[in-house]
Amino acid sequence: MALRTIISGRVIRFGAVLGGRSMSSWWGNVEPAAKDPILGVTEAFLADPRPNKVNVGVGAYRDDNGKPVVLECVREAERRIAGNLNMEYLPMGGSAKMVEETLKLAYGENSDLIKDKRIAAIQALSGTGACRIFADFQKRFCPDSQIYIPVPTWANHHNIWRDAHVPQRTFHYYHPESKGLDFASMMDDIKNAPNGSFFMLHACAHNPTGVDPSEEQWREISYQFKVKGHFPFFDMAYQGFASGDPEKDAKSIRIFLEDGHLIGCAQSYAKNMGLYGQRVGCLSVVCEDEMQAVAVKSQLQQLARPMYSNPPIHGALIVSTILGDPDLKKLWLKEVKVMADRIIGMRTALRENLEKLGSSLSWEHITNQIGMFCYSGLTPEQVDRLTDEFHIYMTRNGRISMAGVTTGNVGYLANAIHEVTKSA
Amino acid sequence: MNSDQLFNNSSSTDRRLSILTKHILASSSSSSLAMVSPSPTSASSGGGSVFSNLVQAPEDPILGVTIAYNKDPSPVKLNLGVGAYRTEEGKPLVLNVVRQAEQQLVNDSSRVKEYLPIVGLADFNKLSAKLILGADSPAIQENRVTTVQCLSGTGSLRVGAEFLARHYHERTIYIPLPTWGNHPKVFTLAGLSVKSFRYYDPTTRGLNFQGLLEDLQSAPSGAIVLLHACAHNPTGVDPTPQQWEQIRQLLRSKALLPFFDSAYQGFASGSLDTDAQSVRMFVADGGECLVAQSYAKNMGLYGERVGALSIVCRAADVASRVESQLKLVIRPMYSNPPIHGASIVATILKDRNMFQDWTLELKAMADRIISMRQQLFDALCARGTPGDWSHIIRQIGMFTFTGLNLDQVAFMTKEYHIYMTSDGRISMAGLSSRTVPHLADAIHAAVTRVA
Repeated sequence: MALRTIISGRVIRFGAVLGGRSMSSWWGNVEPAAKDPILGVTEAFLADPRPNKVNVGVGAYRDDNGKPVVLECVREAERRIAGNLNMEYLPMGGSAKMVEETLKLAYGENSDLIKDKRIAAIQALSGTGACRIFADFQKRFCPDSQIYIPVPTWANHHNIWRDAHVPQRTFHYYHPESKGLDFASMMDDIKNAPNGSFFMLHACAHNPTGVDPSEEQWREISYQFKVKGHFPFFDMAYQGFASGDPEKDAKSIRIFLEDGHLIGCAQSYAKNMGLYGQRVGCLSVVCEDEMQAVAVKSQLQQLARPMYSNPPIHGALIVSTILGDPDLKKLWLKEVKVMADRIIGMRTALRENLEKLGSSLSWEHITNQIGMFCYSGLTPEQVDRLTDEFHIYMTRNGRISMAGVTTGNVGYLANAIHEVTKSA
Repeated sequence: MNSDQLFNNSSSTDRRLSILTKHILASSSSSSLAMVSPSPTSASSGGGSVFSNLVQAPEDPILGVTIAYNKDPSPVKLNLGVGAYRTEEGKPLVLNVVRQAEQQLVNDSSRVKEYLPIVGLADFNKLSAKLILGADSPAIQENRVTTVQCLSGTGSLRVGAEFLARHYHERTIYIPLPTWGNHPKVFTLAGLSVKSFRYYDPTTRGLNFQGLLEDLQSAPSGAIVLLHACAHNPTGVDPTPQQWEQIRQLLRSKALLPFFDSAYQGFASGSLDTDAQSVRMFVADGGECLVAQSYAKNMGLYGERVGALSIVCRAADVASRVESQLKLVIRPMYSNPPIHGASIVATILKDRNMFQDWTLELKAMADRIISMRQQLFDALCARGTPGDWSHIIRQIGMFTFTGLNLDQVAFMTKEYHIYMTSDGRISMAGLSSRTVPHLADAIHAAVTRVA
């Protein structure tokens, strides 16, 4: 019931004064957004009541019992941290100690770039946050640039650069027929891109395909980048996780650095330290000299301040505690190798199981590919069948998170894959 | 023709020659680029940085104060800059109840570090909404509120503003004059255009209520209005309940959309409910609003970056659609929020005893600040410092807007080693009974010796 009240000559609906019960919502036209293709998978998995369900969707490590793992080195670091320090704001650029240790991982213990203070670096909200701040930075200081993104890539890469308002292009990467790298087309795309283009490269363990260039191929790519004056931005989310050896996994970056590229790099501790929910990472940009690095860092901070002011402290403390203590660091390296080895073992097991089942298809790619993911080659329809008939959850692009495979479910998984592909 | 010229001619033969030359001559890494020069149109000309034109950004005015303070060797230096609580001994404080919660979490070996959902920890979200809106809020009971965990107040404001820039029909936000220095940047980067409304009256050092009403009256219908829920930063000047009611009526009559920044709930008066009155008044009328909450100050969780954004909608199905769109803002920003701080908050809020303990510790912090206000006021009166200093005890929350000008502030820093932001804002949390006399001396000197 709306009373009309005349106040100083104007008619005001009584409802308006009460907050407008008679008015409609401002958000009536808000469409329901599409579910995130990756994180939506886990939601669906959790809702499934079947006991034999298998989650090979999101890229989070599981042990051989299918359980999430908190590394021993992390538990120990947390015990040391709890109750000791205060929770004051970190500087906008985050924990200097954590950043220092993190740069050593990517650039090398004895990197001259670090010694010469040529790297502008800030703590970031894991890999996503590092990519986003870089994308915003790219937009602000190279406003006419665009970003070249491999096909396929982690779905969120597109969202990140889109929200930063940086136009996107793609370059060839995955070769569906061989389930390997389409090197020739990739090199063509690199050559045909306008000089000085920005490229986003997966440093190792490409997500979602698991297909990485060989060392020789990386050298050629680096050379061509020099010829074209392209900007290489590396997303390194799996250092240590791919081969088990962080130094080996950073090879692509080291090749580019040797060739003198001034790279950008996003690093994440989500997988290799199991710190997923802590959101710990680092964004670095290599500069010509220390002065430039100081300027670039200050500008990166200017982008962080209106986004979240300063980054969360807890995860950063865990990282710096571990990497700053030689024994804990050794323990960490051991634990990373265990995780990587388990995954490599599961790749072998899955392939062997499929071959034993008498599948006529080639499953070589399962062991050729590297890192957490296997690009199975399954079609969306086949994936849907896996979910509906076998309660196996993965993203519809056929990406299998090997971390979700265990000795307990590898047989079941192989069997199901064989079932949906044998008529293919 | 040298190899550079060979290369720049760019014929394929020339390139092959150049590449061959490189492979033959370059056996050591440092010379491998001798033959290659990027073409003239390359953004990175001569191998230099694409960012070489970039200039260094100025220091953040607020965080820069602490940097300057840290550099000062004086034993009597006083940091009244950033708004972080300090004890009577001048030390940062971790609440007992927070330590307790932390210990519980560490001892629980079943806890894992998996990704939170994009919207954050569910318990935390529900409890945060109850905290600000009231446990019996009809908006909550009717499922009309969507709450997402964000990175403290800053993150909540940014996510809310990005959502508004994409989905709301008005892209202008009105912010009070003055306001927290980071507000304009947050909203601008989110894609909103920023205007201001009069708020602080320098002559009374109180609220310019007339100016506020006039400016909001002339705002276009539907515009967004940023309101500090309590303990206005930097002035410490809050509207009275009666004034809040008038503001509410004005906003609703013009269909202006309120966006509350609640960074000091419980910290201002010492009572969580009292400090939430402004927000609850608006929600009670059935209308829509946004609220950004921070646990930085009231739980002392500063560096853990814990906060929440709540959007109060008219209907439940609207709330759920809104939530789905908030996820699209968050995912490309940082994917999902950090787990640690939110777990601490949820642990405390859901345990009756811990919640009680928290309210007591919170009141103790608020009371200490109120006592510092009184002591500073008394000290200035005792010195006969010219001027009316009653605003020190009238203003509320962590900050006092002293009314000192730029020159006076600079004088106090130089002569008395007192650090504050250049707008004359002092953080009362940085004061103690021991240091009040020094500050009073400094203010007295500044007022009597510097125009």
